[in-house]
Amino acid sequence: MTTTGQVPGAEGFTPPGPGDFNLPPVFGDSVLFAKPALLLVVSAVAVFGFFFVTSRRTALVPSKAQYVGEQGYGFIRNSVARDVIGSQHFLKFVPWLVATFFFILLNNLFGIIPLIQFPTFSRSSFAYGLAVLVWLLYNGIGIWKHGLLGYLRHVTMPAGITGPILVLIIPLEFFSTVLVRPVTLALRLFANMFAGHLLLILFTLGGEYLLLNSDKVLYNSVGVLTLILAVAISFLELLVQLIQAYVFTLLTAIYIQGALAEDH
Amino acid sequence: MDGTVNGSLNMIGYGLAAIGPGIGIGLIFAAYINGVARQPEARGTLQTIAFLGFALAEALAIIGIGLAFVLN
Repeated sequence: MTTTGQVPGAEGFTPPGPGDFNLPPVFGDSVLFAKPALLLVVSAVAVFGFFFVTSRRTALVPSKAQYVGEQGYGFIRNSVARDVIGSQHFLKFVPWLVATFFFILLNNLFGIIPLIQFPTFSRSSFAYGLAVLVWLLYNGIGIWKHGLLGYLRHVTMPAGITGPILVLIIPLEFFSTVLVRPVTLALRLFANMFAGHLLLILFTLGGEYLLLNSDKVLYNSVGVLTLILAVAISFLELLVQLIQAYVFTLLTAIYIQGALAEDH
Repeated sequence: MDGTVNGSLNMIGYGLAAIGPGIGIGLIFAAYINGVARQPEARGTLQTIAFLGFALAEALAIIGIGLAFVLN
């Protein structure tokens, strides 16, 4: 008996890879408008519709819909915006943060909603676009607050540091705040969604292959186990999707707060 | 028995690289749980800080997975 190092019984199985994320176009043959772009539009409309409906007829005694909308809004307003940005300036940024959170959350949830099952931000370009918006926002706020030179000084020279060490600190701080921040912000969201979706495809396809295309009873039963695990991983993904939407919003708030902060 | 293993070494490297952030995230949440256990009323403040630390430590793992896919 020779072993080839491959998984036994996996001769005909092609494991999923990054290529599985290139979906065919939805309308016509434009590669720009594939399933993720459609989902992005759907989610924008859905989030707008949700908050429009829940806040249209507000009453002192809220209806169920109004209650749900206000809970979601209040969560971001109080535990993210007010706690991080501070009670003086936070109100201006609440709409942005609420919209960001629910937009990302819905796009992530698309990854496990049956029949949709594709997290939009597992295509990196969407995550980069979002990060560019956040980058423009916090740098814009900083320049508006401190002026261009003042903001650069605020960003690159942390308070209390003087002397020759500044030669080292200034490029490092500029690098980390201006250049690396948007990249890690986008990559964090993208990589989590990408890895999670890849894991789900792997478990589902692998389970299906073991269950249906294998002639050994042992492999068939392992296939059933794999499919059960795929369901369990879906729940793990739900947690990850919530956390990533929360972290993205939290970091946006922290960056805004950092740009607004006064030097001491 | 002659065995051949197919696959990318990148993934083994990524597995090793993920140990660091894994330990880091564990420490962050251990400290968070400790803090909340000692002072339950500080939960809100600690939560924000814990998730910030989590996000920063996780960034290392994410840079790793990005490079594991990009480098050949």
